[in-house]
Amino acid sequence: MRIIIVGCGKVGYAIVSQLVKEGHTITVIDNNKDRLSTRLGGLDVMTYCGDGCSFSALSDAGIETADLFIAAMGSDETNLLSCVLAKKKSKCKTICRVRSPIYMNDVEFLKRELDIDMVINPELDTADECARIFKFPSANKIDVFLSERVELVHFKVDEKSGLCDKRVVDIRKSTKCNVLISMVERDEEVYIPGGDFIIRRGDVIGVVGAPREVYGFFQQFGVSIKKAANVIIVGGGTTGYYLTKNLIASGIRVKIIDSNRARCEFLAENIKEADIIHGDGTTKEILIEEGLETAAGLAAFTSIDEENIMLSIFAKSRTSVKTITKVSRDSFTEIFSQLNLDTVVFPNRIVSDRVLQYVRSLQFTMGSDIETLKKLGSDKAEAFSIIIKQKSKITGIPLMNMKLKKNVLICSISRKGKNIIPGGSDTIEIGDRVVIVHANSEVKTFEDILQ
Amino acid sequence: MNYGVVFYILGWILKAESIFLLFPFIVGLIYGEGAAWSYLLTAGICLVAGVLLSLRKPKKGGLFLKEGFFVVGLGWTFMSVFGALPFVFSNDIPHFMDALFETASGLSTTGASILSDIEALSHASLFWRSFTHLLGGMGVFVFLSALLPMLGGNSVNLMKAESTGPSVDKLVPKLKDTAKILYAIYLAMGLIECIILLCLGLPVFDSLCYTFGTIGTGGFGIKNDGLFSLDPAVQWVIGIFMVLSGVNYSMYFLMLRRKFKQAFSLEEVRLYLAFIIVSVVIIGFNISHMYSGTEETIRHSFFQVSSLITSTGFSTTDFDRWPEFSKCVLILCMVMGACAGSTGGGIKMSRVLIMFKSVKKQFQMLIHPRAVSKIRIDGVVVDHDVVRSTNAYIVLFIIVYAVSTLLISLENVDFTTSFTSVLATLNNMGPGLNKVGPTANFGFMSDFSKLILTFDMLAGRLELFPMLLIIVPKSWRKSL
Repeated sequence: MRIIIVGCGKVGYAIVSQLVKEGHTITVIDNNKDRLSTRLGGLDVMTYCGDGCSFSALSDAGIETADLFIAAMGSDETNLLSCVLAKKKSKCKTICRVRSPIYMNDVEFLKRELDIDMVINPELDTADECARIFKFPSANKIDVFLSERVELVHFKVDEKSGLCDKRVVDIRKSTKCNVLISMVERDEEVYIPGGDFIIRRGDVIGVVGAPREVYGFFQQFGVSIKKAANVIIVGGGTTGYYLTKNLIASGIRVKIIDSNRARCEFLAENIKEADIIHGDGTTKEILIEEGLETAAGLAAFTSIDEENIMLSIFAKSRTSVKTITKVSRDSFTEIFSQLNLDTVVFPNRIVSDRVLQYVRSLQFTMGSDIETLKKLGSDKAEAFSIIIKQKSKITGIPLMNMKLKKNVLICSISRKGKNIIPGGSDTIEIGDRVVIVHANSEVKTFEDILQ
Repeated sequence: MNYGVVFYILGWILKAESIFLLFPFIVGLIYGEGAAWSYLLTAGICLVAGVLLSLRKPKKGGLFLKEGFFVVGLGWTFMSVFGALPFVFSNDIPHFMDALFETASGLSTTGASILSDIEALSHASLFWRSFTHLLGGMGVFVFLSALLPMLGGNSVNLMKAESTGPSVDKLVPKLKDTAKILYAIYLAMGLIECIILLCLGLPVFDSLCYTFGTIGTGGFGIKNDGLFSLDPAVQWVIGIFMVLSGVNYSMYFLMLRRKFKQAFSLEEVRLYLAFIIVSVVIIGFNISHMYSGTEETIRHSFFQVSSLITSTGFSTTDFDRWPEFSKCVLILCMVMGACAGSTGGGIKMSRVLIMFKSVKKQFQMLIHPRAVSKIRIDGVVVDHDVVRSTNAYIVLFIIVYAVSTLLISLENVDFTTSFTSVLATLNNMGPGLNKVGPTANFGFMSDFSKLILTFDMLAGRLELFPMLLIIVPKSWRKSL
């Protein structure tokens, strides 16, 4: 597909590098020449130095023939304007990055009136993902599919849980819960486990099923399913704001520590249920004074990655608090598995996954739509959900007769609101929504899973 | 240096060369020559060496600019060495150093020869000589990147190292598509020329060889007397196609995209054409007494100018006998070269343009020290980095030139010969003046001089840096 991306900041770059890997024809516009040459020098993309809101720059970049336009500049207003201009000149789809809560309140109105096909909000998406984890702190990461009716819960196995040193088939036999262990991450490798696979200590397993079933499953194996009672958020930026709103709605107490007086005032005006503390949340004294030792959760959301990481490591060394660390740069993702951190969220990854999901569904609309797509285990595996819209070579055949490619697993079939963890005799029918986990780089859409 | 990647790509280069070598093999079969088998043998050698080298796909990507430059320099050297083998096997050019010189001259689209009797060669060898022009003209790595996914997006670095001009731009976002477009334009131009030559009554073999020599701006002929005895109409056609080959290919791309206004206002192309016209006119007046008619005078003047400014090196007359003034103008043409982003050699018009504009800017700065001004080409501000690298290129060019001339002077030939022999090879021209003039050849030189000139030819084609990188010991180091 021909894609034009305006803005090559961290978010823009994350999107570009993800889409280049998929082999799309990409043109990037940015008004900073140095940034274009240093960041994109080695990538197979075309760069234009120019303003994203200038009609002539868009024309030069070939907007008329583009299939997709993505505005990912720093300012919301610029992005919106740029998307509107693109739509005027071309029939392309538009994706707009909007992050301010002011616009997010009326997002449906904006999308309709300005004819924007998709709005991406890294801060909101990150906050949603973090909120899910604080509601089930035992999980490392929770990916949701089919409007939260199916969850993929990542859990790090320790000695205390009853899952350690057991074969997958034995675990399945010993539980009545309708779930499936769909993937295992071990030593930076991702496995799609067969029945004989033995779960070891330190593995991160991915369990798929309806939320109730998944929680039941973990409870049975001695994992706490209680939500965090109170959470400290260090850094009251946009992500922190969205997270606070979300957590308070589910009855979790929140304390925000921010070092900017004006920001604290703003937060105090807009969120009446939360405690707002003006102070430097990255100092030991303030953290302890504000009750780190009794907190159930800590979100390190300052704008500096290094501080977030230090803060989380310090917290883990003092208490057993559940930490979530926000990291914007994703150059050194490999090292995080070695640090004793619970959950690390990458806002740029979350966004680039969503864009990729949109691009894939634009690309492969033949009979099935990709609803959600998540990259797993440092991009080595993927999970996606799909709606089956028409008859194809995969419908109506019992799964045991299907010749699936290596490392592909059909995890869940959802039919008329009911979830099935599929067995050998189940079939996929038209109208089903299917979740697939795979660690096979050849698989791009549903049609690819067969040999 | 990441040797895994370097070997892998070299392997692919040799595999590609083994396929290219099948063309002269087929030609040899058609003419029933024994030389054909030496081409098949070499193709086999290349294939085996290529498969061995690319057996293991490198785990670590790591094709950075350094590796890109390195592998391009080394790749062209490998191609020249392996491409020289069939000449030796078939006994057409028994001495290896001569064969290497001839192949490097072909690949680098120089067209300088060590042969005094070209017509004695087998058709297979004649074809291979000209065919290397076709390969070298647009570039082998560009060709490979059109076909192979190779090492993902990093292959951009290969094209950067192989393409000509101060700043390499892709025509379309994807390297693969850019390479395809470039080759499509290149081959389409060749096809048109070949058809016209056929229509003018040239045999198929001759038309093909002249076409390869023209569009690759190479210059290997197939006759002992060059193009002297060809029909005037054929000379006109070849002359015009040489000029067209020296034009920046982005002009053709813009024309394909129907942006004619933009295409015809490219400053570099305008300067190039203006330079040709002015040179043709002044040489025409200067040599008018030597030829019988106006048509003949203009034809010879035009042909020589277009041949030398595009660094092709074909000749229709012995310009070594022209008045000194004309020879000086020709030398100027040789130095300037064709447009960036074409198949021609030389310093390139765009660099000349940037140089003149920076000189002009310097003047302005002298008069108005507080002035802030930018160098523009086609209305777009030229990056300071590009200006700087252009200056560095010119300086490097002069250094390489001086050192080469110094080494060639060990031959103890006259100054004109040593000066123009380096010019002719470093700028991928072919013939020089005096002892290496259009009717003479490089055969009399010692092996050492031939090696130096071989190096100059490859260095000139790859715009110096890649070839210099491979003679620096530091770049061979595995670690820092």
